[in-house]
Amino acid sequence: MGAAVAVLVLLAVLGPLSAVLWRAEGVTALGPPDLSAIRFTIWQAILSALFSVALAVPVARALARRRFAGRATLIELMGAPFILPVIVAVLGLLAIFGRRGVLNAGLGAVGLPGIEIYGLHGVVLAHVFFNLPLAVRLLLQGWLAIPAERFRLAATLGFTSRDIARHMEWPMLRTVAPGAFLVIFLICTTSFAVALILGGGPRATTVELAIYQAFRYEFDLGRAALLGLVQVAICIVAGAMVLWVRVPGGMGTGLDRPVERYDGQGRLTRFVDGTAIALAALFLLLPILAVLLKGAAGLWALPGTVWQAALRSILLSLATAGVAVTLSLPMAMLIAKGRVKGLLETIGALTIAVSPLVIGTGLFLMLRPYMAPQSSALPVTGLVNALAALPFLLRALVPAIEEAEAGYGRLAESLGMSGWQRMRHVLLPRIRRALGFSAGLAAAMSMGDLGVITLFAAPQQGTLPLEMFRLMGSFRTHDAQAAAVLLLALSLGLFWIFDRGGRVNAAT
Amino acid sequence: MKTPIIATGFVLVASAAAAQNPVLTVYTYDSFVSEWGPGPAIEEAFEETCGCDLQFVGAGDGAALLSRLFLEGAQTDADVVLGLDTNLIAQAREMALVTDHGLSAEGLTLPISWDDPQFLPYDWGYFAFVHRRTLENVPSNFRELADSDLRIVIQDPRSSTPGLGLLMWVKAAYGDQATSIWQDLADNIVTVTPGWSEAYGLYLDGEADMVLSYTTSPAYHLIAEEDDSHTVAAFDEGHYLQVEVAGIVNTTDQPDLAHRFLEFMLTPAFQSVIPTTNWMYPAALPASDLPEGFETLVMPDTALLFSPEQSQAIRPEALEEWRAALSQ
Repeated sequence: MGAAVAVLVLLAVLGPLSAVLWRAEGVTALGPPDLSAIRFTIWQAILSALFSVALAVPVARALARRRFAGRATLIELMGAPFILPVIVAVLGLLAIFGRRGVLNAGLGAVGLPGIEIYGLHGVVLAHVFFNLPLAVRLLLQGWLAIPAERFRLAATLGFTSRDIARHMEWPMLRTVAPGAFLVIFLICTTSFAVALILGGGPRATTVELAIYQAFRYEFDLGRAALLGLVQVAICIVAGAMVLWVRVPGGMGTGLDRPVERYDGQGRLTRFVDGTAIALAALFLLLPILAVLLKGAAGLWALPGTVWQAALRSILLSLATAGVAVTLSLPMAMLIAKGRVKGLLETIGALTIAVSPLVIGTGLFLMLRPYMAPQSSALPVTGLVNALAALPFLLRALVPAIEEAEAGYGRLAESLGMSGWQRMRHVLLPRIRRALGFSAGLAAAMSMGDLGVITLFAAPQQGTLPLEMFRLMGSFRTHDAQAAAVLLLALSLGLFWIFDRGGRVNAAT
Repeated sequence: MKTPIIATGFVLVASAAAAQNPVLTVYTYDSFVSEWGPGPAIEEAFEETCGCDLQFVGAGDGAALLSRLFLEGAQTDADVVLGLDTNLIAQAREMALVTDHGLSAEGLTLPISWDDPQFLPYDWGYFAFVHRRTLENVPSNFRELADSDLRIVIQDPRSSTPGLGLLMWVKAAYGDQATSIWQDLADNIVTVTPGWSEAYGLYLDGEADMVLSYTTSPAYHLIAEEDDSHTVAAFDEGHYLQVEVAGIVNTTDQPDLAHRFLEFMLTPAFQSVIPTTNWMYPAALPASDLPEGFETLVMPDTALLFSPEQSQAIRPEALEEWRAALSQ
């Protein structure tokens, strides 16, 4: 079952790529601009992933060891940037860091020179804004997966914070962080609008923009396909390197008691944790607040088509979540068995490494002879969105399944449990949290995605992000801002329902 | 999974309508068919007289539209393609996508003459830098703009039609000196966006003093929002023209209907919809019939435009000049 899914995923990525290649009349060699685009793409993605994961460590650790009112809500809200459509997030960021942003206004008020956001640092800043929430969540999952019994034992042994870091947290990070780095690195390699807008111009040309140009203005499918292959190569190399760095987890299991931390009660660590949480919350929430302030007032005046599009997007997101979980669970179980782990994870990661434009165009070429694009728009979008969510879901599910199997696999074996019985009594209860998180993430990502739908949809079939973009394209900025608020609310709402659903009875 | 059911529903509705009347499929860009674009009103007006079912299919922007026709090749459902501009015509011709329209384009109100055998214009506009009226020291040409410390936001010519228009504008006005203009403009350019929407959004948010758009853009703010605070800078070297055109796809199975649609396109029923939905000048409507507010717009003295073939020929070089000048 898991192997079948892996083959399906491989086909879903390489099939469209081959379709584009097949339609092309030969492959054009890449020129110097393409090579500098490849260099820039890799460099900014490395920096973005590095900063996202490194900054996530203190934040996730602080969230793991502090208990305070509103903590759960804060964690949910801090996830918002990851699921916002790109242009909304960019406008939100600029409201804070832009020329007329809050930050420059503040600097100006105290007589300091303003900062310029456009450039490589702007690209990295925006990518960290998008991906820090994901990194925090993935690392936090890792922290919460350390059983309470371990911390009790540590307390009994008189471990200091430093001992805990060395013997428990560092090994956990070496298991979880490389995978988080990989998915963030890969998602940044297909960045296009963010890189261009915040990069300040053609210096910040990415592979994705080169692909766009090849399709739209040069009709050079060969070059587009070749650049798609470059993306596959980047993914494989990155996948191999991560595998080499990562060590398998071995934290063992406990009885799912709520974690009580006896360490880190000193004034200094409390201050450090508080600062980490406060800074992250400000960084992630202020731009979101700016989006809300701009759009909330217009919410009630939104045209009817926007609400229809919202309904369509909700149904699409639910379907996407269903498909994504169905695809990722068997694959994650196979990966957790650990036989061809690296290969499978790399296959899973391909879906975000290869340009959505290449995949969309390839699917278009493949399906076009058999069905009208309009009639396949929503199913194709649902499938592509589910595939795009797959690597993130695997990141969440695989560690949870590994822990469950490591702790209870042998017991289940000795009791002769297999198949559905084992799944129901051993696996599912133990990966509930990861499963809820996964479904919520897939739904929310699908909600905010403005990808392949643009290639297929008929005028009456727009999703909410597409409708929002149409509003922007018709000068209706205020309506577009209001639609962004609706989108934000629905994405967070869907995520919240699934994520909470996975944590009923949980004390954390 | 409810989505396939909904999708199937759409197909059923579409085919029920098709059973009664012949279908004319018009491929166009996305904003043309949106609720706020010209599409809905035009569909209604044409269907009143044609005894047909007019179906618009929207595909991104003008370049995406051409790309889609290219991908579909001879299998395309399109009978008419509407929404290419003069910078895309040569490529469309090279792909042999369209057939001669055979119509005499009379009564056109373009600032230039038009005799293309395959494409007919339906609207046009001048590219221009939009700014707030409160802006001081408004430049009156690219040189002054480059020497000023004004901050502008433009679109990428590799992914956007206005971006490509600007590239052609600078080339048409400055020829061999285009590179030096771009080098001097580099420090004025806040950033480059993938498309028009992002750039205009940045301008409205105050990130830039000026944005590349059209001389007609202030009309939207004036008419739809009753806000006269936006205007455009008139450049004395002239303004590059964008002419948007339509043509009959040569694999059409409805040649008669397609001809009737192109004829209809130049009648007041179609043309009068354009100004306040597409926010461009209609291609065949006297200035006196334009909606109130259009008379306030800046009207450039000189229209610049390359022929489709010239435009295609100089594009690779102009793009490389642009990229090299702004990458330093």
